[in-house]
Amino acid sequence: MTLTFEDLQGIARIEEDRQEGFRHRIHVCVAAGCLSCQSGLIKDTLEKEVSRRGWENWCNVKGVGCLGLCAAGPLISIQPDGTYYQGVQVSDVSDVLDSLGGEPLSRLDCSGQLPFFQRQKKIVLENCGLIDPERIEEYIGRAGYEALYNAVRLMTPGEVIDEVSAGGLRGRGGAGFPTGLKWTTVFKAVNGTKFVVCNADEGDPGAFMDRSVLESDPHRVIEGMAIAGYAVGAAHGFVYVRAEYPLAVKRLRTAIAHAERFGVLGNNIFNTKFSFKVEVRLGAGAFVCGEETALIASIEGRLGRPRPRPPYPAEFGLWGYPTLINNVETLANIPSIIRRGGSWYSGIGSESSKGTKVFALAGRVNNTGLIEVPMGTTLRDIVFDIGGGIPGDARFKAVQTGGPSGGCIPEQYLDLPIDYESLAEIGSIMGSGGMIVMDEGSCMVDVAKFFMEFCMSESCGKCVPCRVGTTQIYNLLCRISSGTAEPNDPARLEDLCDVVKRTSLCGLGQTAPNPVMSTLRYFGEEYRQHIEDKTCPAGVCQVGGVGEV
Amino acid sequence: MNHTRVATVWLDGCSGCHMSLLDLDERVLDLADRIELVYSPLVDSKEFPEDVSITLVEGAVSTSDDAEKIRLIRERTTLLVSLGDCAVTANIPAMRNRFSVEAVLERAYVHNAAIGGQVPGIEVPRLLKRSRPVHEFVDVDRFLPGCPPPPEAIFNLMSELLDGRPTGSSIITRFGA
Amino acid sequence: MTDRDYFKGKPRTDVNPVRILTFKIDGRDVTAREDETILTVARQNGIFIPTLCHLDGLSERGACRLCMVEVKGSDKLFPACVTLPRQDMEVMTDSPRLNEYRKKILELLFSERNHVCSVCVSNGHCELQDLAVTLGMSHVRYEYLYPRHTIDASHDRFSVDHNRCVLCLRCIRVCDEVEGAHTWDVMGRGILCKVITDLNQPWGTSETCTGCGKCVHVCPTGALSEKGKSVSEMSKRRQFLPYLEMMRRESRK
Ligand SMILES: Cc1cc2nc3c(=O)[nH]c(=O)nc-3n(C[C@H](O)[C@H](O)[C@H](O)COP(=O)(O)O)c2cc1C
Ligand code: SF4
Ligand code: SF4
Ligand code: SF4
Ligand code: FES
Ligand code: FES
Repeated sequence: MTLTFEDLQGIARIEEDRQEGFRHRIHVCVAAGCLSCQSGLIKDTLEKEVSRRGWENWCNVKGVGCLGLCAAGPLISIQPDGTYYQGVQVSDVSDVLDSLGGEPLSRLDCSGQLPFFQRQKKIVLENCGLIDPERIEEYIGRAGYEALYNAVRLMTPGEVIDEVSAGGLRGRGGAGFPTGLKWTTVFKAVNGTKFVVCNADEGDPGAFMDRSVLESDPHRVIEGMAIAGYAVGAAHGFVYVRAEYPLAVKRLRTAIAHAERFGVLGNNIFNTKFSFKVEVRLGAGAFVCGEETALIASIEGRLGRPRPRPPYPAEFGLWGYPTLINNVETLANIPSIIRRGGSWYSGIGSESSKGTKVFALAGRVNNTGLIEVPMGTTLRDIVFDIGGGIPGDARFKAVQTGGPSGGCIPEQYLDLPIDYESLAEIGSIMGSGGMIVMDEGSCMVDVAKFFMEFCMSESCGKCVPCRVGTTQIYNLLCRISSGTAEPNDPARLEDLCDVVKRTSLCGLGQTAPNPVMSTLRYFGEEYRQHIEDKTCPAGVCQVGGVGEV
Repeated sequence: MNHTRVATVWLDGCSGCHMSLLDLDERVLDLADRIELVYSPLVDSKEFPEDVSITLVEGAVSTSDDAEKIRLIRERTTLLVSLGDCAVTANIPAMRNRFSVEAVLERAYVHNAAIGGQVPGIEVPRLLKRSRPVHEFVDVDRFLPGCPPPPEAIFNLMSELLDGRPTGSSIITRFGA
Repeated sequence: MTDRDYFKGKPRTDVNPVRILTFKIDGRDVTAREDETILTVARQNGIFIPTLCHLDGLSERGACRLCMVEVKGSDKLFPACVTLPRQDMEVMTDSPRLNEYRKKILELLFSERNHVCSVCVSNGHCELQDLAVTLGMSHVRYEYLYPRHTIDASHDRFSVDHNRCVLCLRCIRVCDEVEGAHTWDVMGRGILCKVITDLNQPWGTSETCTGCGKCVHVCPTGALSEKGKSVSEMSKRRQFLPYLEMMRRESRK
């Protein structure tokens, strides 16, 4: 089947009519967070109850992707009223239905968390929580695949790339490499076989942005990949997802099957010469397999270990062919950029970093969950407005961004507009979007130790500085937190961090020291207290353990 | 002429480094002219003296006694030299480090005893959990690896130190030499 | 390194082995084919760069990080064994900063396993030991980790002592790329990495090992040795490797 633009609009219209035919639409979050607290059962019960009451024709119940306030799940939203209910139980079902059209149920209502819902700007997550991720019609109903149509029918590959460059989009996988530039490189590489790879390995502890996007709006990623394939001249794409994301994998596979059935993937897409297929490849959950050269090795069926670059994958990637590797969120931005134009996109965000960023907000903050804000938003806005502040009015201490490759940002930078450059300047990184808020109850030595243990056990062991250096750093941190350290151990730490950072082979080792270096920089006093006073001010570490030399 | 006050000490080592020192043969006399040996297993003094200019340490730090000694020596020495692999890397003594102290003592005093062995209690200093190189306890100024370091390397280092020249003796020695 | 070697058998599409360029190493003008590494060209010109995982005749890994060099205009360090020169590049192979990093990496290696040179079969014939001398590494500033490792002496003629292994993976590469047996591989991650024979079976029971002994002789340390060799007796012969490589190249013509 080959789709025309009219077909596409036809599907969208039917879908729109279908949606509008319902006076009430109940969206039940069935992304992993809410599913884990039985939102599936709530959805079933709602459906049964609706049909028992004979309301099917005007009341629709559907599963949608992440609604954002994950920690307060199971979450449902009532459309078109825009009411949000949190912590919904099966026993609430009747009351929820009874209240339709009247006053919202006050005991469940969390629409009052207005800043959480309103201070955000949704591009990547625009359909998240609105559409049923398992129905392609709903995606098309929200202008889905229009961008792909525009690209392959109305634009040259060069024009597509220009639009992406004009948008100023930078890679969301961590390093912030300009996406347009990367596309150009692959585009320019010798003609012949090329590949597009979507990096959905997402191995940082605490990060679940990519998972949520795949679970909530998989077609957006597929469309982004197809547009990328058209732009760089690739006919084949791979999504590399960790096997620990079974739901994301299932929805992705469903979406690919639907996209093929509708002809937006496959041969001669929209009656053009362009053909594109997408395959899913599962990763076994090694953090290092998110590194692009290790990821390639893993897809090829080899040991997932990085190799030195250059040659970069853009020139020499999968099986030696030019390969475009982009992160899930990067690709999810593409349809909007093509549909609405690069200049629209570059109007959002900060000077150097355009668009929005999705963060997984976690830790000591009232509203934990998935958020999307324009680049350049301050940490204060994120933590205190959107995040609703620290529970129990405890004192804010730091925000950790960038996971094991990032750093801890102290209070003095709460008002810094965050983008790639500003975060790097203060010793952290944007990373893929994990954001952990910490209050006085967190010990910075312990935090550094946690991340170093992660890096140590996730180091692939290929290069000496990372393999041995992370172990040495971890041992020193253990010494400090157990109160058996020596006064010059911070100097030793700095020395080791420098070696590991400067001489490691891949990004894992090169950034592994960041959590240690940033805590040493901003919380040096806390290290001193552990070492000299043998106390842990946060009361986390068991200092004063008598370790024999 | 002012004689430089020199000491040599023997911690957990096999005395091989001291033997190598003696193997200097007639060159010992060249050195002897310029130094005063104020403490050594080779001489008779019991207490480690004050104000020593150069101390050569053989052996790893393996017992609580070694640890105490080396701290005192450091306090009283201007220039401390780790002499030989045991002092520099803990070498052979450290081969026990992969096992617990209890297991090591059992093996040495019970399993390997001809008849009815028993782990000694109070007469000998307590073994540390690990044998470790000298510089993990105190600052060390020069390192002379080798098992043992060849006499020429020791001679060179001593001459360089006595002349106040920069030291480069490790070039003619190595770990395990 | 030839272009063929980068990934076994996979020609690099991003270099043109026909083009010649000129650049500088330590102020000296040198010429290179576009597919030659900085290390190759340095060696051709008698300029010393320390290496450990590199071995002429095997594919490159860029893993030991001892061959790091500086390039004018960049703050980064570049591994010479896998970095291709560019026209007019200025490479510096020696500086106090480089030597300090190299020493520290070497110290990390010594701290990682149990190197007791005085009782090692390779004492006096060991690349690791030699590097310590060459780089002026007189002691290890990091704490020794003292891991517990085993020795597998189940093979008739060879044994592997993991206490001495530096994970250069030369054994794996020579067995796979030259002998074609792929008996060796590596298991585990990070500090727990270990070289294994077959699927972590005793070497002596290996059905793939041809007993050729190549791995033993490319091993830079005392990790792989011939049985019956005592302290300091295990010297390695590696001349076969460039020779084999040349013969195979000729026969492919
Ligand atoms: C240790 C390590 C882990 C990584 N993990 C991921 C990951 O899980 N997801 C991801 O998109 N990029 C990850 N990256 C970054 C990728 O190597 C690559 O830069 C990225 O996928 C490029 O996509 P982008 O340009 O769209 O950001 C990782 C990098 C390193 C060094
Ligand atoms: S830096 Fe770490 S993860 Fe990366 S190649 Fe080296 S050992 Fe492997
Ligand atoms: S392998 Fe080399 S460095 Fe290690 S103990 Fe043996 S001789 Fe020494
Ligand atoms: S056994 Fe030898 S050759 Fe193999 S990895 Fe270890 S040190 Fe290298
Ligand atoms: S020789 Fe270049 S990294 Fe090992
Ligand atoms: S694998 Fe090399 S000798 Fe068996």
